[in-house]
Amino acid sequence: MRQLSAEDIEALAVGAWILGTGGGGSPYHALLNLRRLYNDGVRIDLMDPDELGDDDAVAVVSVMGAPLVILERLVDSRLIARAVSAMEEHLGRKFKAVMAVEIGGGNGMQSLLAAAHLKIPVVDADAMGRAYPEAQMTSFAVGDLAPYPLTSIDPRGNEVIVGNTASWKWMERVSRKVCTEFGSIAATCKAPRRGVEVKKWGIPRTTSKAINLGRAVAEANRKHVDPIAAILEAESGKRLFSGKVIEVERRTTEGFLRGRTVIEGLGDDRDAQVEINFQNEWIVVWRDGRPVVSTPELICVLDSESGEAIGTETIRYGQRATVIALPASPVFLSPRGLDHVGPRAFGYDIDFKSVFGS
Amino acid sequence: MRRIGIDVGGTNTDAVLIADGKVVQGVKVATTADVTSGVVAAIDALGLTADLGAGVDAVMIGTTHFINAVVQRRHLTKVAVIRIALPAASALPPFTDWPSGLAELANGGVWQIEGGHDYDGRRFAPLDVAAARKIAREIRDLGLKYVVVNALFSPLDPSDEETVASILREAVPDVSVTCSHLLGGIGLLERENAAILNASLIALAEETIQAFEQAKSKVGLSAPLFVTQNDGTVAEAARAVAFPVFSFASGPTNSMRGAAYLSGLKEAVVVDVGGTTADFGHLRLGFPREANAVVHVGGVRTLFRMPDLVSIGLGGGSHVDLDACSVGPISVGYGLPKEGLVFGGSTLTATDIGVAAGLIDLGDRKRVAHVSAEQVRSVLRRIKEMIEENVDRMKTSAGDVTLIAVGGGAFLMPEELQGVERVVRVPHGGCANAVGAAIAQVSGEVDQVFQGVTRSEAIAAARELAGARAIEAGADSDSLALVEAEDTPIAYLPGNAMRVRVKVVGDIRSTRSSNGRTTSEELECQSGS
Repeated sequence: MRQLSAEDIEALAVGAWILGTGGGGSPYHALLNLRRLYNDGVRIDLMDPDELGDDDAVAVVSVMGAPLVILERLVDSRLIARAVSAMEEHLGRKFKAVMAVEIGGGNGMQSLLAAAHLKIPVVDADAMGRAYPEAQMTSFAVGDLAPYPLTSIDPRGNEVIVGNTASWKWMERVSRKVCTEFGSIAATCKAPRRGVEVKKWGIPRTTSKAINLGRAVAEANRKHVDPIAAILEAESGKRLFSGKVIEVERRTTEGFLRGRTVIEGLGDDRDAQVEINFQNEWIVVWRDGRPVVSTPELICVLDSESGEAIGTETIRYGQRATVIALPASPVFLSPRGLDHVGPRAFGYDIDFKSVFGS
Repeated sequence: MRRIGIDVGGTNTDAVLIADGKVVQGVKVATTADVTSGVVAAIDALGLTADLGAGVDAVMIGTTHFINAVVQRRHLTKVAVIRIALPAASALPPFTDWPSGLAELANGGVWQIEGGHDYDGRRFAPLDVAAARKIAREIRDLGLKYVVVNALFSPLDPSDEETVASILREAVPDVSVTCSHLLGGIGLLERENAAILNASLIALAEETIQAFEQAKSKVGLSAPLFVTQNDGTVAEAARAVAFPVFSFASGPTNSMRGAAYLSGLKEAVVVDVGGTTADFGHLRLGFPREANAVVHVGGVRTLFRMPDLVSIGLGGGSHVDLDACSVGPISVGYGLPKEGLVFGGSTLTATDIGVAAGLIDLGDRKRVAHVSAEQVRSVLRRIKEMIEENVDRMKTSAGDVTLIAVGGGAFLMPEELQGVERVVRVPHGGCANAVGAAIAQVSGEVDQVFQGVTRSEAIAAARELAGARAIEAGADSDSLALVEAEDTPIAYLPGNAMRVRVKVVGDIRSTRSSNGRTTSEELECQSGS
């Protein structure tokens, strides 16, 4: 267990945005909440998953919804905390700790917001190791753990408990409906986990991974050295391509932001192009008609100079971008894992092949 | 049509007289600390050299006065902020993430009440009218005059802001209300920040524009006054007083618009080389391409539509270090006519290198005789590299572009550049910014979420609304043209939701019909001086 410093919080916001792999929503509003809480003297403890007792109850939190709605409703730390309290009331037992369902994007900080009010530690783990668009795209779903119950909260005092669903996909459908009624945003506490489940199926140490990434970027920018090199070194990543964005196409289907972007090479990559497909997050990178890297491996598109992550919603013509890959959690590389989050889960009829070799 | 365009920059105040689409005369005078006397001097200088007696239809002024007030934290007024979004958003109250010194200057009190809408137009919470009335009385008793009203999703449904604004106008004498939906799109905090900056600048805007009016009448001009805006269009003086933040970035925008006009080109990269910086922008349909991102103004996060610019420290006054073969970013700025070597000063500047290379004839060339031809070539090569790198940044595709070079330091531009098809230089390029002001049109903009309609229906509806706004701002309805249409699908929203942004521009309506000035005034203007 260690106490997170104000610098850790700032670094987490940068790192979580990188691990968002193009989606996950900006951590900015969550960061503003945390700064306020830290100014008020609140401190948050981060605990290693190995410190959990097998029967300890762990809350799993996220805010679902459209990033655009978050831009208006903003983020309120009390809402995510209320989602956890509502679950405690439903279960009739208290949680020992709280964790994020996805470390990527703004949700990577929601666990800290809940922890600040509930005065319990945050588990250094999540169930995606990045961001994914749907509820069944988690290591817990790969592990076939129970998808229910779930609490869903809006600020007007509307609270829904989803007691049981037939599958993770049904949980996604039902909870998404509730979220839409609430105004396409809801604070949720997902199916609670026991310590033993988190230790077996959680993706360990992703909060500290995000903090390390953020620190590496800040340190590189302070020393005026290449922040992307620092990111690659910190997380054994691979640089794939550097260039300039020359095409962006977006459309929404079934509530998802889908599309493609083309990056034209500069420097060493001159005279070449890559195309990247996205569904909220970056899904597949193509070069000369062949997939170079695909989900579940993490595809990050970064500003070539600042190292800051570029999102699928905001990428635009003319940006100087570097595409990198970071390793996926081993849980998603199994046949079952690939069923949930491999390229076919996103409608691409290609076999997953690791860019990092065997 | 005869118009005077004036651009008040950090170093120079430029003015031009345009008649029937041609630049008759351009002048440059030093910008003065009070700004206004520089404007008087510029108009005076025009008056001496051009025939103003034949009548002027409009005077258009661009100024950095308002953004400087924010950056220098001067002349800001305290603002009361009413946010209508409870029970949402209260964790991040108004002035969140503001630099503390600036927040102290602008924060006159914050109130949050229930109300607002959702993205699909449904009501989020009932508007708490009783609370609004009580707050209006408190604001009156506190003696606050400038109020911001910001409601949840107000760009989609402004009715709550309008209701509270009318409650304030009833209860508080002489109140000035800034409704956030008139200042920005989706993004509660950023829109609110823009509205607060705006409200805190209105007193200064009133004073400044009144001074411009005085300057104008002092030199015998009765033509209406327009103020240039960030997007290259102008607003009538009364509207500019209500929305000073829309005039923040008018300087570089005016240069780019002037470059387009003087060259007749609508698609090109523009570089404006001034005394201290070179600004690079990209013209699309004759207007600067806008940045699609968060813009920090004096440390405050906003979503203004500002031109997408790259600014580097390269200008006529840039320091040159021969040993390191470096140019800028430090500049002697407005001190160039005294400090430059050729002018008898002691600092080697980019202008001195230009003189040594024979690119321009200024001052005493003998004073740079000690700089070798090889050194001159090295420095010019360095300047060329700096320009090539930044032209490339502004490009949106790999092909070669046309580059228009304007500004007082444009002589530093080489003729041949990598990635550039040709370099275009234009007469009066030194006053391109004032030309851009003089030729400005008026615009109407819409940024809204549409649902349950096709893409083309949504764009058509947005276009119609933008056109109506342009006409309201003073455009001639026959001259309206679409200059920007952008649609972005939105993730996780049902019903094919999309955000549509549209901008329409048009020529200024004839002054007679737009503001009801009497014919006798027009005659007086024509027979004056």
